[in-house]
Amino acid sequence: MNSKYVLKFDWVTLLLYMGLVTIGLVNIYSTSHSPEVTMFSLQHAFGKQLFFSILSLTLILFIQFSPVKIFERFSSIAYLVIIALLLGLFLFGTEVSGARSWYGLGGFSLQPAEFAKVIAALAITKHISDINTDLKRRSHRRVALILILLPALLILPQPDPGSALVFLSFFLVLHAEGMPSFYLWSFFGLVVLFVLTLLLGVKAVTYILLGLCVISVPILLNKRRRKKMLPTLAVLVLAMGFAQSVNYIFENVFEQRHRDRFNIVLGKEVDTQGIGYNINQSQIAIGSGRFSGKGFLEGTQTKGDFVPEQQTDYIFTTIGEEWGFVGAFLVIVLFVSLMHRILYHAKRQKNDFSRIYCYAVVALILTHFGVNLGMVLGLIPTIGIPLPFLSYGGSHLLAFSLLLGIYLRLDANRVNEW
Amino acid sequence: MRKSLLYVLLYSIGVIFTLRLFYLQVISTDYEDLSLQNSVLKEYIYPERGLIYDRNGHLIVGNQPAYDVMVIPRRVRAHDTLAFCGLLKIDKARYLTQLNKARNYSTRIPSVFVAQVSKEDYAMLQEKMWKFPGFYIQKRSLRKYNTQSAANILGYISEVNNSDILRDSYYQSGELIGRQGIEKTYENKLRGQKGVRYLQRDKFNRIIGPYKAGSLDTLPTPAKDIYLTIDIALQEYGESLLKNKRGGIVAIEPESGEILMNVSVPNYNPDYLVGRERSENFSLLKNDTISRPLFDRGLQGQYPPGSPFKLLNALVALQEKTITPRTGYTCNAGHFYGRGQFMKCHCEVGTFSRLNSGIYNSCNTYFSNIYRTTIDSYETSQEGMDAWSSHIKSFGLGNYLGYDHPTGQKGFIPDAAYYNYWYPNQRWRGATSVSNAIGQGEVLATPIQLANMTAAIANRGSYVTPHFIKKISEDSIDIIYRERKQTSIDSIHFESVIEGMSNVVKWGTARNARIRDIEVCGKTGTVENFTKIDGVRTQLTDHSMFVAFAPRENPKIAVMVFVENGYWGSRWAAPIASLVIEKHLTGTVKRTYLEKRMLEGSLLEEYAKPLSGEPFEINE
Repeated sequence: MNSKYVLKFDWVTLLLYMGLVTIGLVNIYSTSHSPEVTMFSLQHAFGKQLFFSILSLTLILFIQFSPVKIFERFSSIAYLVIIALLLGLFLFGTEVSGARSWYGLGGFSLQPAEFAKVIAALAITKHISDINTDLKRRSHRRVALILILLPALLILPQPDPGSALVFLSFFLVLHAEGMPSFYLWSFFGLVVLFVLTLLLGVKAVTYILLGLCVISVPILLNKRRRKKMLPTLAVLVLAMGFAQSVNYIFENVFEQRHRDRFNIVLGKEVDTQGIGYNINQSQIAIGSGRFSGKGFLEGTQTKGDFVPEQQTDYIFTTIGEEWGFVGAFLVIVLFVSLMHRILYHAKRQKNDFSRIYCYAVVALILTHFGVNLGMVLGLIPTIGIPLPFLSYGGSHLLAFSLLLGIYLRLDANRVNEW
Repeated sequence: MRKSLLYVLLYSIGVIFTLRLFYLQVISTDYEDLSLQNSVLKEYIYPERGLIYDRNGHLIVGNQPAYDVMVIPRRVRAHDTLAFCGLLKIDKARYLTQLNKARNYSTRIPSVFVAQVSKEDYAMLQEKMWKFPGFYIQKRSLRKYNTQSAANILGYISEVNNSDILRDSYYQSGELIGRQGIEKTYENKLRGQKGVRYLQRDKFNRIIGPYKAGSLDTLPTPAKDIYLTIDIALQEYGESLLKNKRGGIVAIEPESGEILMNVSVPNYNPDYLVGRERSENFSLLKNDTISRPLFDRGLQGQYPPGSPFKLLNALVALQEKTITPRTGYTCNAGHFYGRGQFMKCHCEVGTFSRLNSGIYNSCNTYFSNIYRTTIDSYETSQEGMDAWSSHIKSFGLGNYLGYDHPTGQKGFIPDAAYYNYWYPNQRWRGATSVSNAIGQGEVLATPIQLANMTAAIANRGSYVTPHFIKKISEDSIDIIYRERKQTSIDSIHFESVIEGMSNVVKWGTARNARIRDIEVCGKTGTVENFTKIDGVRTQLTDHSMFVAFAPRENPKIAVMVFVENGYWGSRWAAPIASLVIEKHLTGTVKRTYLEKRMLEGSLLEEYAKPLSGEPFEINE
């Protein structure tokens, strides 16, 4: 590392990262605060998180001194190792509250799924950036698909559907790098159709689609557009078919708890004590913070332990309650700035691997951010995934620091190549 | 294009979240209330209720600890249920219903399992409580009475109801309020001011510490002790004298207007309205429509005042200068008035009465003559009636007296408008309402009004509004209980009336009220009264009444005694009044024979007559 390196290093991103980690620490302190216990002990949530924060920062520093090429070169091996680790969980995993997601290591536990996210990002980046890969070709897309789905399918039965779902975010990267838009649009289309059908019922959706057919026919009778007539109608008919099957999927593929979560968000069911308890309590906590918040350690909902999983998935409720709109908005601004910066820097990368890796990083963080806050704010059904950098959890923080550390290393190396 | 999708996603998510946050935190206000509801507990700290003393500093009303057995259903473990029920004196069924009730309310929050266990049971229970996990004993404060008398004065406390809460936001459901009597009048002094403590709760409703480090908490203001004007020993003595009779005694210290006693019999033991049996006892008392123990006869009973009212008529006539003390009339065992109407009198034929003998013989003829002359001395009867009415009212009759007790009645003193209403042709004269002359007819008064009237005569024309309060801790009492009110009769007119009253006891109608070395001035009353039996107006045995004050100079006590259906004023009321006076002035009663007769006398047979449904004789 030389002075040139120091100049090219993305200090702003590092500061944004440290800001978020600090906010996380402060709020974990608040949720786990109790006057009788020493907060700086490794037995304690805050002490542990502080330890992992320091470890993470060390890791980022360590990465800055490692050879750049190593990430690309060893991504395949790492991918195999992580798949092996995920498989090993079925045999050696320790069960914590019903999920076999951890390896017990002395006092700590390791969650391979978190690292799998980072390693999958590297592996996929490597695959796409390969000079021979062309995502317009189906066989190359198939390899990418396998790289994405393999870890996801291993994580899903742990069970950890939230983490598994996160892997879908890599499709955004594929799309950005030339995968036909058709896939993404069909995915969005299916989601919209699914939600609409649940909300309005099969009949209404069928009528809407029929209406669209009727409208589109005269428009498409025009000579220049006539070619598009058949595919359009085919899509609409298929959509109608899908709408008919929504109820079947909802009733038979989903479990009851998933159905409940959907119904709560769609407002079809009001239950503040049972299945709707989490979402109701998290909104009370955030809403009662008002504009300026109740103050550090003054959150009544936080102190009373009303919000379940408040240190991990629901950490944002503490921010909302104790720091109010001001604090919560600051967190959103920090996240958006961080991701914007990485996206923006993607353009200045001189090689494909670094550029695509930037997209992968943003896709991962954005998915976590969107799903977590969407859930906490009551906008989407409950899906248990953590808020990057803020939620309590050693593996999670280490993995995301690794993710960001590699970005920083690649970015700082953008000119002097290997 | 492809690359900008990530930007679009990023910024649309950012904007949507910000808007949602803004809605939750800035626009909507519901969540703040919800948060306080489920996480902050407001707990009140109550100061101990103020004590009540009598005029001599004897404690009448104190506080006693009561013990509630509480239960936290979640913590209940298997235990010897039968032994537990035995200790609490309840049966198994009650045990189960109480436990279920508590469980339905909350499994984690304590509920009352059995309220107000006696002190003896508490002593037993306390040692064995450890055997019954989930149960514990909580102390509360209840009223404790050091007397069995004066319930009508002291009143009682009870839980607030919805209208109390609506009227005064100080009260919360489940709190206590002075419901009647002194407890009600001086509620604000006796209760003090409760303090409040805010506590932080967790999701299981457990208390985990103070809210905002106690910065919003307030300390309770201690309650004030109050001293009453009544002499509890005299009150108890009065109640014992009226045993097995119905009636009352009201005594006032004329100079200060302090009420020394207010006996109403039948009464009830104040302890009845404390503790576990409170509501049952209250129903019993309230539903007793025959002896009406909750009815304060001294303050609420409206009776025709009878002969004692003649004193006022004499004073009015003197003031209006229609008579002098020497004016006299002849009585022929009664007299004719109006168109052949005859009013009977117990005088013998040909008795000549002046003011003095008119009073001590209680001559009806004399007083109806001076009443008629007074009313008719004006140009119109209306003017005469209004002048008479305002004189009488200046003694505190015909309206609320203004004492510091929540119960009372106005009584009734008619005026010109009243007779104009009943005689629309306006052709009425003094003779029309001549019954008022002897305290029958339209006039009504409560015993305390008559006692106050006597005090005003004793004071030679002025009185202080009667009151029960002597001292409130360090505060002085209300100015209206320290001010002297003047009647409309000049003080020079009183001496001749008082001379007559003195002679009532010396050689008049109430010779048995004489006390050695004390000059008692009094006036008897034998009051006709009627009731309705099966819708038929039926006359009952006369009420026995007596008003008196003593000593004649510098009077220390003015007393009014009435015994319902006791017949002659001298039969019951006069002896009882003189015993009370003797007890108050000398501290002991020497005339034990008289005392014994009063203590043992019973009128229960008399009271049973109208209820028997058979024809009966009166005035035996």
